[in-house]
Amino acid sequence: MKASYFPGCTLKTKAKDLDKYARKCAEVLGVELEEIKEWQCCGGVFTTSKDELATKLSSVRALSEANKKNQPLVSVCSACHNVLKQTNQMMKDNGESASHVNNYIAPETYNGETEVIHYLELLRDKIGFDKIKEKVVNPLTGKKIAAYYGCLLLRPGKVMAMDDVENPTIIEDLIRAIGAEPVIYSYRNECCGGYIALESKDLAKAKSQKVVDNAKQKGAEMIITACPLCLYNLKKNGADIPVVYITEILAEALGVKE
Amino acid sequence: MEMDNKKVCDEIIRRSGVNPRKCMKCGKCSGTCPAYDEMEYHPHQFVYMVESGDIEPLLKSKSIYRCLTCFACVDRCPRGVEPAKLIEAVRLEAVRAQGNNHLKPDQLPDLLDEDMPQQAIVSAFRKYTK
Repeated sequence: MKASYFPGCTLKTKAKDLDKYARKCAEVLGVELEEIKEWQCCGGVFTTSKDELATKLSSVRALSEANKKNQPLVSVCSACHNVLKQTNQMMKDNGESASHVNNYIAPETYNGETEVIHYLELLRDKIGFDKIKEKVVNPLTGKKIAAYYGCLLLRPGKVMAMDDVENPTIIEDLIRAIGAEPVIYSYRNECCGGYIALESKDLAKAKSQKVVDNAKQKGAEMIITACPLCLYNLKKNGADIPVVYITEILAEALGVKE
Repeated sequence: MEMDNKKVCDEIIRRSGVNPRKCMKCGKCSGTCPAYDEMEYHPHQFVYMVESGDIEPLLKSKSIYRCLTCFACVDRCPRGVEPAKLIEAVRLEAVRAQGNNHLKPDQLPDLLDEDMPQQAIVSAFRKYTK
């Protein structure tokens, strides 16, 4: 199958491995990711205010581009996915904000037609964890891996609708598919501190350390995440076990890690 | 002055789409907030202060820059009040005034290190500036 792909700013710079291995694994699994032409940064966070319009236009352009090709829009970065999905919902709800946005992008119109999915949903719903299991050449047998969801992948739950917002399983199912053992811990869907790392290093440290300590307490040997900022915060703030991207560990299992 | 505050609060409520009167004051939003310890006013206080027109202390408080937009309060509120949306609308009221951007580009070099992802910078600018 073919899907439109929105990499996002960080995947072109500090998170190149997240991007590179997303593409490589997709190739192995029979999915062609077509990068959106001239995509622009999503802005990192969705602005919930009803009168914020200009900040949503870059996402609408990407969504509309995928719609023209009649393809689902895939992203790997948790933040990009969150912004694209929430923007899409706003356009689908078709309220006052959506009609203002349509004035900006005229003569085009966009009303939330595109299916917006995270890379994990591509793996689960379009490819299937069973098929991934069959393609594994280096099973990570016995490895205890903690999934770190953070906040952006799951919330707000009624819009993101990826998984149970308090008891998610999607990353744990991926961990099982590559032969490893998932570690369940209570801080897996709590915030790492996010962009507060710029202004309050102490708060980011406090939040991230709780996540790492909790995962280690439950026996984790490694933490995996889809979010570059989560990875940064956990690594910067006391993680003495490896913190890696979901696509990196999948690439290792599929035998395409460099 | 009181009339002005009422008007500002009405606008904040409209812009956020939040109905603060749904709040039953259980405090779960503040209980689950990861930034609680660094906030002078906590999420549940935002809800009742905006409802009662007590907006000036909020506009002056650093608390509006401490919300991490993690949506924990949005998903965990038993009444669907969605406090984060209200906090965002208050913050916009503050930063949209001329000269009130909370983060300026020339502050950046001192805040960065070589591993800091772009995502942190664009997110902070979207939240802290107009």
